[in-house]
Amino acid sequence: MSDTRTLPADRTKWVVTLPPTLFLIAFFLLPALIVVAASLREPGEFGGLAPWPAHSLDAYRFLFRDVIYVEIFARSFFVALLTTLLCIVAAYPLAWLIARSPARRRDLLVLLVILPFASNFLVRIYAWIMILGPAGLLYSPFAVIAGMVYVHLPLMILPLYTNLEKHDPALLEAAQDLGASAWTRFWRVTFPLSLPGIFSGSALVFIPVLGMFAVPELLGGTGDILIGNLIKQQFLEDRDWPLGSALSILLTIAVLALAALATWGAKRGLHGTEAVS
Amino acid sequence: MTSRHWLWAAALATYAFLYVPLAAVVLFSFNDSQLNAQWVGFTLSWYHKLVHDPEMLGAAFNSLMIAVLSSTIATVLGAMAGLAMQRYRYRWLPALVLTPVAMPEILLGVSLLLFFRQVLDLTLGFVSILIAHITFSIGFVAVIVRSRLAGMDESIFEAARDLGATPWQTFRRITLPLILPALVAGYLMSFTLSIDDFVITFFVAGVGVTTLPLQIYSMIKVAVTPEVNAVSTLLMGVTLTLVFLASRFAPDVLKAREA
Repeated sequence: MSDTRTLPADRTKWVVTLPPTLFLIAFFLLPALIVVAASLREPGEFGGLAPWPAHSLDAYRFLFRDVIYVEIFARSFFVALLTTLLCIVAAYPLAWLIARSPARRRDLLVLLVILPFASNFLVRIYAWIMILGPAGLLYSPFAVIAGMVYVHLPLMILPLYTNLEKHDPALLEAAQDLGASAWTRFWRVTFPLSLPGIFSGSALVFIPVLGMFAVPELLGGTGDILIGNLIKQQFLEDRDWPLGSALSILLTIAVLALAALATWGAKRGLHGTEAVS
Repeated sequence: MTSRHWLWAAALATYAFLYVPLAAVVLFSFNDSQLNAQWVGFTLSWYHKLVHDPEMLGAAFNSLMIAVLSSTIATVLGAMAGLAMQRYRYRWLPALVLTPVAMPEILLGVSLLLFFRQVLDLTLGFVSILIAHITFSIGFVAVIVRSRLAGMDESIFEAARDLGATPWQTFRRITLPLILPALVAGYLMSFTLSIDDFVITFFVAGVGVTTLPLQIYSMIKVAVTPEVNAVSTLLMGVTLTLVFLASRFAPDVLKAREA
């Protein structure tokens, strides 16, 4: 190929690659690195950061010295786990039913799952303030869990449905012919095959719940605060930015570990599927 | 009851769980009572109050301006990213483009707050919100554009080149018409994301500029009033229409929202 033909092709490559890359390096990657740097600095007298070059590991030391932070981290994981489990239980029958519906009806049933999800996040929380307020259940751990499940449920239904839709009905028929009860067919065939769907749905639910501040703030009591509320407090109220940054770093590490775990789980599940089919 | 009946009952209960709370919000926006507790009678007075509330109108105007600008820019940058990911198969690009979408929103919010205040020393407001919205929208557009391109026969681009078309001609006459539905869907999707965003906007808005979700937040922190129901109902109408339109142009849109 001559130079005149390779040259414009190369230029095209840079024209499409550079603008989004530079934008995201400037406004995503760089800010993320700034958080790491900020966590190693000292808080300023009037908020923000103390002037360069003051730096220390105080923010991290502080986090591990005070038991309250460990408690809040533990509580956040517990709330995320409980929300994820409740989402799995609530999503499964619906996802299964949609997957087993006639093809022409499936799109409509899926759309019906997505529509409430398309309404504003705060509006969905507000709906629960309206419902739980008169019942006297507002500002309780129950309200926090109800709100969390409500806000994230479609994120579990959709990947689970995508997985269940691909199951070969012949497998269940074969199990039935071999005398397996409905209960056995579910636990020995359908459920193990659906694990990749459960894993990806769980990642989509668990990760945002872990960083959520609006649900505990608007539906929970003062004792229900989670990591997200703590981070928000440090940045907007207490103005201890190094501490807020250290908390954000710990949350990031937790999220990356969970994402890796979910990817690993989904892949393992997938290998299982191949072995069965 | 057979197991199938139980299944239907459980599924219907889940649909009810998804819809009843939102239906209550809509219903009580037409209720002729200061309290959201009991149905009194039909009224449009909350909507009347809404359109005469200068703070609310200002917030709506800001939301609209930011949504138009951020989705326009995000569509261009996202389309480029989608093209680049599909055509040149960089290993690092998907990580850069998709991580902002997968992270908890609060992390993007605080990192941009730190960056704007500490590094750029920018006064928070319209510009910081705009940049933040572009940042989280690029990934969604890129996914939609990439999945549109993935289903295509790449030989048509080669054919155009072999027939002597310049890269620009190939783009204008072949690529652009083919990805147009994905661009429309990506635009509508980023518009929805922008007009709906609360968490990231909350961190980068500062004190001067308010958007609709921020306005709703400050109202529901104080008290439950039917005016919130009215603005929620209108916002729901707008986003539902946009998501529905987007799904007409590119069915993959719904999957992109999942990711």
